[in-house]
Amino acid sequence: MNEAQLRSLTPSVLGILVRRGADFAAAEDAVQDALVEAVRVWRAAPSPSSSNGEHPMRDPKGWLVTVAWRRFLDATRADAARRRREDLVDEEPAPGPVSAVDDTLQLYFLCAHPSLTPSSAVALTLRAVGGLTTRQIARAYLVPEATMAQRISRAKRTVSGVRFDQPGDVATVLRVLYLVFNEGYSGDVDLAAEAIRLTRQLAAAVDHPEVAGLLALMLLHHARRATRTAPDGSLVPLAEQDRGRWDTGSIAEGVDILQAALARDRLGEFQAQAAIAALHADAPTAEETDWVQIVEWYDELARLTDSPVVRLNRAVAVGEADGPRAGLAALAALDASLPRHAAVAAHLHERDGDLVTAARLYAEAAHRAANLAERDHLTRQAARLNSRSSEAP
Amino acid sequence: MAKYLLLKHYRGAPAAVNDVPMDRWTPEEISAHVQYMNDFAARLETTGEFIDGQALAPDGMWVRYDGEGRPPVTDGPFAETKDLIAGWMVIDVDSHERAVELAGELSAAPGAGGKPIHEWLELRPFLTAPPTVTE
Repeated sequence: MNEAQLRSLTPSVLGILVRRGADFAAAEDAVQDALVEAVRVWRAAPSPSSSNGEHPMRDPKGWLVTVAWRRFLDATRADAARRRREDLVDEEPAPGPVSAVDDTLQLYFLCAHPSLTPSSAVALTLRAVGGLTTRQIARAYLVPEATMAQRISRAKRTVSGVRFDQPGDVATVLRVLYLVFNEGYSGDVDLAAEAIRLTRQLAAAVDHPEVAGLLALMLLHHARRATRTAPDGSLVPLAEQDRGRWDTGSIAEGVDILQAALARDRLGEFQAQAAIAALHADAPTAEETDWVQIVEWYDELARLTDSPVVRLNRAVAVGEADGPRAGLAALAALDASLPRHAAVAAHLHERDGDLVTAARLYAEAAHRAANLAERDHLTRQAARLNSRSSEAP
Repeated sequence: MAKYLLLKHYRGAPAAVNDVPMDRWTPEEISAHVQYMNDFAARLETTGEFIDGQALAPDGMWVRYDGEGRPPVTDGPFAETKDLIAGWMVIDVDSHERAVELAGELSAAPGAGGKPIHEWLELRPFLTAPPTVTE
């Protein structure tokens, strides 16, 4: 067992405490304490035989429940709190045969509750479902630990009135997991890998084609991760990535999951996005990419989401499938103030041979880029074209 | 989930509505102003939106590299009020609208006569890490 496997017990342990009558906020704190304690004991004595008495690795789940429950009782020892706890126990129906799978699913719903802001839902999910510490989450999002602690306790207060057995909407959970995956990675926690782990766990708890679609999408993008940036940190565009270094195991798993989901004929935006990623992953070289099919998937995606960003990406695909003029025509129908509009226009003008316009648009796109790596990449594109045209006779 | 810099400086912004220099305020008005800023930061800590805030000394200098083995060249200090950067605050919020709302609140800090200064703050988004999903 490793720390991620230990953390995977978080939802079921938390579910048990809540079903015993603990309120969610206090139970969550208690489970967090127990996890920290388990890691501490474990690091001090890595195997059960090397320690005396109870060891978290002998029966990790039983150990966590015992320690967390003890912490919860300690924390609520005050009279008023005890009364409240007894009331709660009275109100709760007799705990029936509830499975850990149901508890896990309910926790996902609670942590992605629509009353939470996206950043609160992300933080609460990573802690209460993922079992990460506040410090780890704070480092991953580059905010002070005190700020992240406040964000999490505020989120817990916001959902304190929500019944634990209330069914939720899978779509809100998927949006939160997608945010975790898409935010990139920093600190000592690999957020992309954590998002995949949490989505895999969700897929085991609920049978839903869009959950499968999101998991496939993540696996297909994660497979290309090592090739997306050069050693100096600069972005490597898809067409220039070393396809021999893509993770074929991850691609195969993503494609399998996607095909099973698509066969159920309940298409959603994550399945459509995954289908596009799968077509890229499937092409042995950039030139062999099936752009015609990709355009068709973008049409599906536009129908499902009506997102201007999708139409922008569709214009890129049209440019590859039918030539840069067709791409520019598709682009002309879109609002020029969209993020990355100038970058797409620059690329299409370059392919159309208009290097002067392309260089100007690359520079404009760099000025408007929302992230540093993309800005540097676009500036380099402008510089490349400018130095080429100044060499011309 | 986006970080913004709220920058208080005096480079090119129009004059504030309540534009009386701080040394012409009463001591109580200065205390009220400082208290407002502290309360604002404390409140952002409780909402989980506060990252950092610092005030800067008005005196600074220019520094540049002057070649291998040579000490850096310095110039100044230049403490012209019109170029002064007074301080900054960094926030982490869910939307651009929220960032604008908070900048507006910070600009309402009281000045002379206990009335809001309405001073102009520059709001600048941080550049982020690239998203994982791009196409």
